Amino acid sequence: MFVTVELTNDVLKDMHRCMVQIRRFEETAGKLMEDGKIPGALHLYVGEEAIASGVMAHLSKEDQITSTHRGHGHLIAKGGEFDRMFAELFGKATGYCKGKGGSMHISNMDLGMLGANGIVGGGPPIATGAAFSNKFRKTDNVACCFFGDGASNEGSLHEAANMAALFKLPVVFVCENNGFGEYTSQANHQAIVDVADRAQGYGMPGVIVDGMDAVAVFEGAREAIARARAGDGPTLLECKTYRFYDHVGVRGMGLSYRSDEEVEFWKKRDPIDQFEAKLREQNIMAEAEIQAVYEQVAAEIEAAVQFAEESPMPDPSTITEDVYA
Amino acid sequence: MTETLYIQAINQALHEEMERDAEVIVIGLDVARQGGLFGATRKLYDRFGADRVIDTPISEAGFTGAAIGMAMEGMRPVVEIQFADFVTVAFDQLSTVAAKMHFMTRGATHVPLVVRMPYGVNVSGEGYMTGAGPHHSQSPENWFCHVAGLKVVMPSSPADALGLLKSAIRDENPVMFFEQKGLYYTSRAEIPDGEHLVPLGRAQVKRTGSDVTVIATGAMVMQAIAVAEKLDADGISLEIVDPRTLVPLDRETILTSVAKTGRAVITHEAPATAGFGAEISAVIAEHGFADLKAPIRRVCALDMPVPPGSMVRATMPTQGRIEAAVRELL
Ligand SMILES: Cc1ncc(C[n+]2csc(CCOP(=O)(O)OP(=O)(O)O)c2C)c(N)n1
Repeated sequence: MFVTVELTNDVLKDMHRCMVQIRRFEETAGKLMEDGKIPGALHLYVGEEAIASGVMAHLSKEDQITSTHRGHGHLIAKGGEFDRMFAELFGKATGYCKGKGGSMHISNMDLGMLGANGIVGGGPPIATGAAFSNKFRKTDNVACCFFGDGASNEGSLHEAANMAALFKLPVVFVCENNGFGEYTSQANHQAIVDVADRAQGYGMPGVIVDGMDAVAVFEGAREAIARARAGDGPTLLECKTYRFYDHVGVRGMGLSYRSDEEVEFWKKRDPIDQFEAKLREQNIMAEAEIQAVYEQVAAEIEAAVQFAEESPMPDPSTITEDVYA
Repeated sequence: MTETLYIQAINQALHEEMERDAEVIVIGLDVARQGGLFGATRKLYDRFGADRVIDTPISEAGFTGAAIGMAMEGMRPVVEIQFADFVTVAFDQLSTVAAKMHFMTRGATHVPLVVRMPYGVNVSGEGYMTGAGPHHSQSPENWFCHVAGLKVVMPSSPADALGLLKSAIRDENPVMFFEQKGLYYTSRAEIPDGEHLVPLGRAQVKRTGSDVTVIATGAMVMQAIAVAEKLDADGISLEIVDPRTLVPLDRETILTSVAKTGRAVITHEAPATAGFGAEISAVIAEHGFADLKAPIRRVCALDMPVPPGSMVRATMPTQGRIEAAVRELL
């Protein structure tokens, strides 16, 4: 039988550390992109850290996840290491995918991270297949797929969710509803307010949690994941959240498709600030201990960026490798 | 004559055709309020309103399929697929429905649809999404060339972008319209004043020459012209032919040029294997074999996914590779 992770102080501290890691990684990556050191497009996860941290608190390396174009946070929470992640973003040979994935296609099978995805809606069928393999092999592993409110309009999600419910697969569909698909607000892309409403149509429970509150995500995920592990089938877990930066890159304010007031409103609900306030209030972490986390993370990031910068580019003669198995 | 960017030419074509025909509508992700991810549909929303410039959910199969239904009812939808790569999600609608509808209904209905797709690698290093990797950089034109019933267009200059898009919108068939996204903000040239239409199915000799014919598509046309200018100094004269429309293909212009030069190099951004160059090569081999003084050469991307970042350069057809192919034939 599997064990359910309980909300101990250690787990809370781990979740805090995870959120800080994601935040600092993303801010650093954003800066490096602006400096021209990272090619391509970066979709940053800042503002949404509570979701990856809260869900992944329940997962081991053997559990699988599928991610999105906004995937760095998912990989970090799944145990991804900064040095190989930055190296991948830089396109270096030492990256998780030898530089052949880049930001939007980063993955690591050893950590059960089956991939970020450049195609919106690409993940849910893959997670469904991974969950099928878990059932087939009679493990109690769970697959979690992350997708946005925008992605919830792709047919691939509906097809996967229907099958997952039909076959009672151990998969959790985690909707990161940040209110936008690119520059289109949710009100302009679907006639519903809660993506979780669709769960009923798929034949699975739909649960809504505050995606800015890591504890709420943790609790929601605990139940969904336990249900999946127990063989009772999938859940659609909708986390209400907000991205603090633009769809791509680091700009946060002065955007044409959303008001600065709206951004300010959500920033007041910063998942890390809120979480730290609680940790202090409940005497789980003192200010000095919190600061120590930031210092450690900063040092780790600095070392990782240096590693990535000093790493070699892929040898041109290896470029055509890996097309076939 | 007005100096115009490639992207402005696209935008102008949309404005002019929407002005001319109230049945023309534009539909796709962020095409309305945002004016398109690359900016191709800017100001259309302000001018023509929400009924004719329509933001959609991220549902490519749904909105492309819906556009086919609109077209069957006599509207003239222009779909924007944000990146050509994403058209796979809607491929069934295009190949199963749009391509075959006129044939299957024996002409009782047809599908006057345009699907605009930014494709290719943004090698210029300018503009949005440079080096974004395998899901945002492909050149998938040949996938469509194999589906009878679809037309396939690839403009290489602002004037062609304008004239071909206007013709595509007026065409009675589904037209796959491939816009090279690296050209959007780097290709600037004069376009004729007044109404400018370029008929589908007509190639253009972009530069006359006598030693080798280079048949180039999309962004490779500019690359080939640069090579031609360089080789002039060595007394090597290149004729550059841009098919402009892949389906239907203007075989005559290609064969006439090859008959003159006796040598052919074909260059495109898609991988070589089963790329459109294979079709051009077959046409020359079948109908112009007697004119050939040397084997046909293809200069294309390597047969592999498009890698992210700067690694992509090593996989692309380059001026250096075109030049080498030309020299090999002489
Ligand atoms: C099939 C497909 N269509 C369109 C895109 C372009 N695109 C990339 S991210 C995005 C918005 C996704 O919105 P959502 O799923 O809500 O995730 P978020 O970006 O908000 O995290 C779009 C339209 C794509 N990558 N793939």
